[in-house]
Amino acid sequence: MTSPVVTGAVESYVAAFDELSSTAALPAGPQSIRRAAFDRFATLGFPTTKNEDWHFTSVAPIAEEEFTLVTAKSGDVKRSDLERFMFGTSDWYTMVFVNGRFAPELSTIAKRPSGVTIRDLASAWNQAPGTTDRIGRLASYDNNAFTALNTAFMYDGAVIEIAKDTDVERPIHLLYVTDATAAKTMMHPRNLILVGRNARATLIESYVSTSDAMYLVNAVTEVSVAEGATLRHYKMQREGRRAFHVGTIEAHQARDSHYVSFSFATGAELSRTNIYATLDGEGCGATLNGLYMVDGEQTCDHQTQIIHAQPNCFSRELYKGVLDDRSHGVFNGKVYVHPIAQKTDGKQTNKTLLLSDTAHMDTKPQLEIFADDVKCTHGATVGQIDQTALFYLKSRGIDRALARRLLTYAFAADVLETIEVEAVREGLEQMTLERFV
Amino acid sequence: MSLLVINDLKASVGEKPILKGLSLTVNAGEVHAVMGPNGSGKSTLAQVLAGNPAYEVTGGSVEYGGRNLLEMQPEERAQAGMFLAFQYPVEIPGVSNAYFLRAAYNEIRKAHGQEEVDPLEFADLMEEKLRLVDMDSSMLSRSVNTGFSGGEKKRNEILQMAVLEPRLAILDETDSGLDIDALRIVADGVNKLKRPDNATIVVTHYQRLLNYIVPDFVHVLANGRIMKSGGKDLALELEAKGYDWVIEPRGEAA
Repeated sequence: MTSPVVTGAVESYVAAFDELSSTAALPAGPQSIRRAAFDRFATLGFPTTKNEDWHFTSVAPIAEEEFTLVTAKSGDVKRSDLERFMFGTSDWYTMVFVNGRFAPELSTIAKRPSGVTIRDLASAWNQAPGTTDRIGRLASYDNNAFTALNTAFMYDGAVIEIAKDTDVERPIHLLYVTDATAAKTMMHPRNLILVGRNARATLIESYVSTSDAMYLVNAVTEVSVAEGATLRHYKMQREGRRAFHVGTIEAHQARDSHYVSFSFATGAELSRTNIYATLDGEGCGATLNGLYMVDGEQTCDHQTQIIHAQPNCFSRELYKGVLDDRSHGVFNGKVYVHPIAQKTDGKQTNKTLLLSDTAHMDTKPQLEIFADDVKCTHGATVGQIDQTALFYLKSRGIDRALARRLLTYAFAADVLETIEVEAVREGLEQMTLERFV
Repeated sequence: MSLLVINDLKASVGEKPILKGLSLTVNAGEVHAVMGPNGSGKSTLAQVLAGNPAYEVTGGSVEYGGRNLLEMQPEERAQAGMFLAFQYPVEIPGVSNAYFLRAAYNEIRKAHGQEEVDPLEFADLMEEKLRLVDMDSSMLSRSVNTGFSGGEKKRNEILQMAVLEPRLAILDETDSGLDIDALRIVADGVNKLKRPDNATIVVTHYQRLLNYIVPDFVHVLANGRIMKSGGKDLALELEAKGYDWVIEPRGEAA
C-alpha cells in the first residue's frame, strides 16, 4: 500500500529501538506490543504523498531528519516559564511533562477529587498493569506509520481514569513542554483517558515549547468515553516554530456518550493532527471543532474521521483556519456511516481565510454513507478578507494591520464561541487577535 | 483657508467614468447638501472622498486641510478628521460594537499623539454619546451592525460620528430607509455635533432630511458634475419641480 520514502529513514530508528528496550524496558506484554509496532513501522515506512491520507502533506522533512531518542529526564524548565501556557488559571489539575518525561515538581495534581485517578505512564506500567493493558486497543497502527512509531517508542505520558458518575468540575491539563535541550530529539508521548459511565470531565492537552529548537513530537492519545459520559477535550498545538508535530487522538464512544473536541493549531513548521471518533452506541454525539492559524512557511494539516457505527447519533464539525504568507493548510474530514447507522445526523463545515495571495489551502470532505435514512451535509469555503469590511474599518481610522487582525478575529469568532471553558476561550480569543501582528 | 477644495475631480469604477469634472469648496462651519437623481455620482463622490480603493481617481485634485487628500490612505483621512456615514453600513459579525468603536477612537487618538483610553474610561464616554442618538447600551455588546435594522444601522453610523467628532462629516443617503422618528433622531444627533470648526456634506436624493439638517448651500449633481448651486431654497424648488429642469438634456433619458 505504501512504500518507504527513504530506506535509511527507517534504518536510523532501528538502533534507537534496540537501545530503548534496554534503557526503558517495559513489562513483557507491552514490550511485545512495542516490538510488533516497530516491525509494522519498518514495513510501512514513512508515508509518501501517494498515500491518500497524506496526499497534500509531505513528511519528507521528518523522514530525512535524524532524531535522537531521549528517555532520561532532561531540560531546565521553571514554573515561571509555564505561566503563559496556563490560561491564567492556577486551580486546574496540571500534569507537566518536560521533553516527554513527567515532571512531578512542576505538576499540581496532589489534591484531586475522589473518583479521579491520574498517573504518569512510566510508573503505571508496573503500578497499574490492569489499566495499561488497555493501551493499544483503540489506536490502531496497522495503517498509520506515526501511530506505529509512537507505539514502538511509547514510555511516558498520562493515564487518567474518571470513575463512573464522577463530575470533575475543573479541567485536567496535560502540558507537554519542550525546551532548548530537546533540540534534534524525538518524543512519543502516549496518553490513555478512560471516562467511566455517566462521568463528566474536561481535558486539555497542550504541546508547547520555550525554545525555537527543531524536534519531533509524535503523540497518541486514546480516549474511551463510557455509556452516558461526556468528555470535553481541547488540544492546543503551540509547538516551537521549527518543530515537527504529529498528534493523533482516537476516541471510542459507548451509547449516549458525548465527545466534544477542539483542536487549536498554530505552532510547528509542519504539523499533522488526527482526530478520530467512533460512535459505537446509539444516542451518541460527537462535536469536532478546530481553529488553525499559521504563517511563514508553516504547514498545518488536520485529518478528522467520524465513524457512525450505530443508529441515532449526531456529529457536528466546524473547522476554521487562517493562513498568511506562504503557509499551507490541509483539512481532510472523513465521515463513515455504517449500513446499520440509520438516522445519523452529520454536519461538517470547513472555512479558511487566506490573508495572502501565496497561502494555500487544500480541503477535502470525504463522506462515505452506507445507510439510506441519514442526514449528512458538508461544505467547504476558502476566501480572502472582505474588502468592503476592510475599507469600513479603515474609514474609521483603523490601520490596515489592526483591521486585518480584527477581521481575522471576527472570522474565527463563531468557532471560538463554542469553547465552554471560559479561560480557554478568552485565551484563544487573545491569541487570535495577536496571531497576525 | 477652506477645509475642502475639490477641483475638476474625475473618477471611474472599472472602465466607467462616473465623476466628470466636479468642483466644490467647503469651509469650516458650513453645511452643504449634494442632491441629484439616482446614478448622478453622489455616492461615488462620498466614496472617493473617503478613499474607497474600488474607485479610481482619473483626474483633478482634492485638498483637505491643506493636504493632498488623494495621496492619503483611508485611515489617514479618518485620522485627519474625515468621516463617512455609509449608505450601507457594513456588518462585521464577531466584533462587538464596543470593541470596534474603542479601537477606532484609540487609533485616532494615537495618530494625534494622545494616550489610548481603557475600556472603563471609554464606557463613561459612551454613555453620553449613546444619549445623543437615543441608543441603548445593549447595542454596544452586539456585533457591528449585525442583525441591526435599517434605522439602527444609520443610528450606529451617527454614534460613530459622535465618538470620533470629525472635522468633515459626509452623510451618504443617511435618510434612506428611515421612518420619520428615526430621521429626527439622526438629524438631531448631527445638529448637536455641529460646531463652528467642523463641516458637513449631506448627500441625499430627497429634500426630506434637509427639513431637519438645514444646509447653507445646495448643489445639484448630475452626470458627474455640479450643474447648479444655490441656498437652502434650491432644495425646496427641486422637491417641487424635480431634477429635469436643472439637468442639461445630454444623451438619452434613462
